Amino acid sequence: MPAKLILSLDGLVLKELALSKERTTIGRKPDNDIHIDNLAVSGHHAVIVTILNDSFVEDLHSTNGTLVNGRPIEKHFLQNGDVVEIGKYRIKYVNEQAGATSGIYEKTMILKQPAAARSQRPAAEAPSTEGAAAAASVAPVPAPAVAAPPEPLPKVAAPTDEGPTGTVQVLTGPAAGRELALTKALTTLGKPGVQVAVITRRPQGYFITHVEGSSFPVVNGKILDAQPHFLMDHDVVELAGVKMEFFLKR
Amino acid sequence: MASHTHPGQVRSHNEDSLSCIPELGLAILADGMGGYNAGEVASGICVSLLGAELRQALTEVNLRGKGPLAPSATETLLRDHILRANSSVFRAAQSAPEYAGMGTTLVMGLFRDDRLTVAHIGDSRLYRLRGESLEQITRDHSLLQEQIDNGIITREQAKVSQNKNLVTRALGVSDLVEPEIRSYEIIGDDVYLFCSDGLNDMVGDEEIRFAMMTLRSNLQLAANHLVDMANDAGGRDNISVILVKVRREPPSRHGVATRLLSWFRN
Repeated sequence: MPAKLILSLDGLVLKELALSKERTTIGRKPDNDIHIDNLAVSGHHAVIVTILNDSFVEDLHSTNGTLVNGRPIEKHFLQNGDVVEIGKYRIKYVNEQAGATSGIYEKTMILKQPAAARSQRPAAEAPSTEGAAAAASVAPVPAPAVAAPPEPLPKVAAPTDEGPTGTVQVLTGPAAGRELALTKALTTLGKPGVQVAVITRRPQGYFITHVEGSSFPVVNGKILDAQPHFLMDHDVVELAGVKMEFFLKR
Repeated sequence: MASHTHPGQVRSHNEDSLSCIPELGLAILADGMGGYNAGEVASGICVSLLGAELRQALTEVNLRGKGPLAPSATETLLRDHILRANSSVFRAAQSAPEYAGMGTTLVMGLFRDDRLTVAHIGDSRLYRLRGESLEQITRDHSLLQEQIDNGIITREQAKVSQNKNLVTRALGVSDLVEPEIRSYEIIGDDVYLFCSDGLNDMVGDEEIRFAMMTLRSNLQLAANHLVDMANDAGGRDNISVILVKVRREPPSRHGVATRLLSWFRN
């Protein structure tokens, strides 16, 4: 179902228009697709360009400008529910496709175009990740070594703030008493090269899994296998000769 | 080398196919599309044919024992076999109405000596973790990537675009296909990630980087964790990953067999 525009003035709907064309023009002159006969509107005021399921609104250097959600724009990538304002007129952009979790566009589809038109381009340079350079995965510090992972970028979605935060407190050894909040999606524990385990934070809770080393972590006196083990409040973990307690902070 | 594939949280069946042949240094991953079960037929034919034929071709090359293949010869070898796989999938698609229009993406890598030759079609990707930085090596053949390249939309806008999953090239949809093939130098400790869009649509690059870095000493665990992350984020599509880690020591230049076998760990 194509996206549509709803034109209104002072809360009264004047017109609905499906975005079936590649270019939908808005202006005072009668040759526009959305013709608004008002002196505050330029002859060719703005255009909405539609590429399959995406649309953009572009101001055509109008005298009085184009607003989207109250802000002046030159070009704007429209999202479902955006309101374009031209003079006193409001044009709401409705794209019901947006946010739909099922439907045909979720499936990968082939866009047929003549193969001859496509030439090879150099391989993509990755989006910059160097800004987040920081500690290696397992920091070489005395047991229990705890990785100092780089600050997660905003895109990191997995660790949510919902639910209690897991914490590990060291019970034995030189670092006894030390606490570590498990706020990252992954936290490694142990001595690199000797024994390392990882605690993963997932929506269901926290899991501990063996990463490397000949011996496996022990939880409440039981040796784990290679499978992730769900951690319960007050579980005692033994790793590289160090005991620590896992608990949930509410 | 380690791999993991999962249908995800929404789809009932898995249209992805993959194959790892560590002794040849070969990794192949395909994300099929079209029809009810035709997607998995397309990706299955593509992966099994390429695996079997390249195994034979590379074994012959090794037996001749004339030293390493020139990069251009490796690229030609991959291209020829991809074109043959394309014809097979295309013929199969025409042979039965329920297969009509099926096709598949492809990303594959051949690790030989100190080089990696990568071929891809569509939006399945190859990433490389080198040191602490993750780079996307392949550039999607997709509408969104073309729009980004042409400055029509920004990367930020692409994340909320409704035009996801529209690929501009696929294997098996016509009698012609144009794979993009490139060669790269590899260095010890590099970790390569081949994945279908079920991973990178659900999980951000930074999360992928962090997981690969943290778990690089246990590739199977890393592969499972990447799939778990995509499922935890909604798992809207099939998710497949192959991880390949390059051994730290460069291979000695004696004996073809040692050279080939020494590349892979895990």
